[in-house]
Amino acid sequence: MSAISSRRKPPRVGDQPLFRRALIGIVLILVALIIVAPLVVIGVEAFSKGWAVYRDTILHPDTRHAIMLTVLAALIAVPINTAFGVAAAWSITKFDFWGKRFLLVVIEIPFSVSPIVAGVAYLFVYGLQGLFGEMLDAWDIKILFAIPGVILASMFVTAPFVARELIPLMQAQGRDLEEAATSLGASGWRTFFSVTLPNVKWALLYGVVLCNARVMGEFGAVSVVSGNIRGQTNTLPLHIELLYHDYQAAGAFASASILALIAVFTIIAKVALEKQGAGRVQPAANSAENAS
Amino acid sequence: MKIRLDHVIKTFETFRAVKDVSLEIESGELVALLGPSGSGKTTILRMVAGLEYSDSGSIHFDTQDATDIPVRDRGVGFVFQHYALFPHMTVAENIAFGMKVSKVKREKAAIEARVTELLRLVRLEGLGDRFPAQISGGQRQRVALARALAVDPKVLLLDEPFGALDANVRRDLRRWLREIHSELGITTIFVTHDQEEALDLADRVVILKDGQIVQQGTPEEVCRDPKSAFVMKFLGDANVIAAEVRDGKAYASGAAIAVSGLPDGKAELYARPADLDWALQGPGIPASITRVLDRPDGRRVLATAETGEHLELDVEPERSVKAGDGGFVTLRRAKVFAV
Repeated sequence: MSAISSRRKPPRVGDQPLFRRALIGIVLILVALIIVAPLVVIGVEAFSKGWAVYRDTILHPDTRHAIMLTVLAALIAVPINTAFGVAAAWSITKFDFWGKRFLLVVIEIPFSVSPIVAGVAYLFVYGLQGLFGEMLDAWDIKILFAIPGVILASMFVTAPFVARELIPLMQAQGRDLEEAATSLGASGWRTFFSVTLPNVKWALLYGVVLCNARVMGEFGAVSVVSGNIRGQTNTLPLHIELLYHDYQAAGAFASASILALIAVFTIIAKVALEKQGAGRVQPAANSAENAS
Repeated sequence: MKIRLDHVIKTFETFRAVKDVSLEIESGELVALLGPSGSGKTTILRMVAGLEYSDSGSIHFDTQDATDIPVRDRGVGFVFQHYALFPHMTVAENIAFGMKVSKVKREKAAIEARVTELLRLVRLEGLGDRFPAQISGGQRQRVALARALAVDPKVLLLDEPFGALDANVRRDLRRWLREIHSELGITTIFVTHDQEEALDLADRVVILKDGQIVQQGTPEEVCRDPKSAFVMKFLGDANVIAAEVRDGKAYASGAAIAVSGLPDGKAELYARPADLDWALQGPGIPASITRVLDRPDGRRVLATAETGEHLELDVEPERSVKAGDGGFVTLRRAKVFAV
């Protein structure tokens, strides 16, 4: 019975050899042209002037500073946005309050608005002619064209990442587990750390990984507020652009290869986390069926 | 622990879920809150647990006013409809959770001993290392109960405890819960929409409709003496026959039955399928059989009265009746309510 059913598959829509091969072929060609080729070019161009040039570019003080600043922005923006995301997801899914739907929409804004708009908006708020400009100037606090501006812009752009991963999951899980924990005598903190967090930890990590990737790669918003000061407010993506405009193609590609490397690590982490997430839900459902 | 609800009211936004409910539950009693969905039964249970606060009224545990005590300190064991087991903890860890987070510090060995004892009580010895996803629905429900009992609650509250289980498991668990209750003697309230479950299990049944108590009493009292047409219909299959009351008797197209305390005029006669019988001669309600349903313990006759009413009646297995037969539906007993 099973042998027959595995040999004779019911026909699917468009399941003819010609159609299937053509479709798969088109997809493969497009992937090669759009995604693979540029990545290969980065690798080849980065080493086009030889290993020594590559090493010199990476070790150049300006490049090192750009890397440090990018890492610093991630170290500050990611934890803050993680805390924000957890708090937002918790309040939206576990409490009822006025304006909840509105908050949900607002959290999504950084996703839908172009980062450059965010950058310009920061100019109007913190710039010299801006809302708080004179006040900040009087107190001699520099936000724009300085490191705080870079970090603020990065935070704006990546604010929704963690919350967006957590909200659907926590909505699906409902409030039963938390109610059970409190009815058993657990405090709020205890409930959060021993019940809520373990059940969302993979989604949380997933959000953190995406958030980190975006902070490190952010260009638009940061380019408006940073002022592109070499060795001071240049992040890695800005540095790449600068090098490129200086006709230092090899240097630009070398720096780009670092970002590409970060991207590869991000994807590995993402796939591993997806496996964890799927691994927890899928077999559990199967074994429950078997047991009952 | 005696529980007393005094004029409790709860409104969700504009929907009044519980309207002025007063209820007393004796210490050690096993009480069912029975009602259709939207009758407020779960809301009442959650208010007793402290998972919801009432808008007005008070809830007392013995002499203590528990109205404003938060759920964490109320000392109730709550069993959720979908178990709400912590999926990332083993069965044993689930059961131990309440003892670990308690303000009362316990020795590790004492917690382990108590977990073993509870696993034996709920007949799940040897399953302590499994995760909730690896056990069956009935087993999960028992883990949820063991977890609730672990912290020695003063009151045990169960929300539709058997709702998600299939019929056989449900019947077993029902009997078993009754045994646990007699063994522990803990005051227990459970919510159900299944009248059979309520009648099988409870010492006392509280029937709710639209956020109000419509009748309460022992299963015998509510079955034998339903006070309203709603209770009559909700507790089981009932035929409704238009009737007229005259001089202490209710007449329904050819059949008559003695009633007391009803004014003359239009009324409705309610009869269970077993309250009716089939006869070839009158007096009775002239009818013809449309179908006969055979069941292990008897035959159910579906008949249409000459007046057009559809009637269902149960006859013994030996009776030879068939579709198309004409005859009379006679009344063994019935409840009559004025309309």
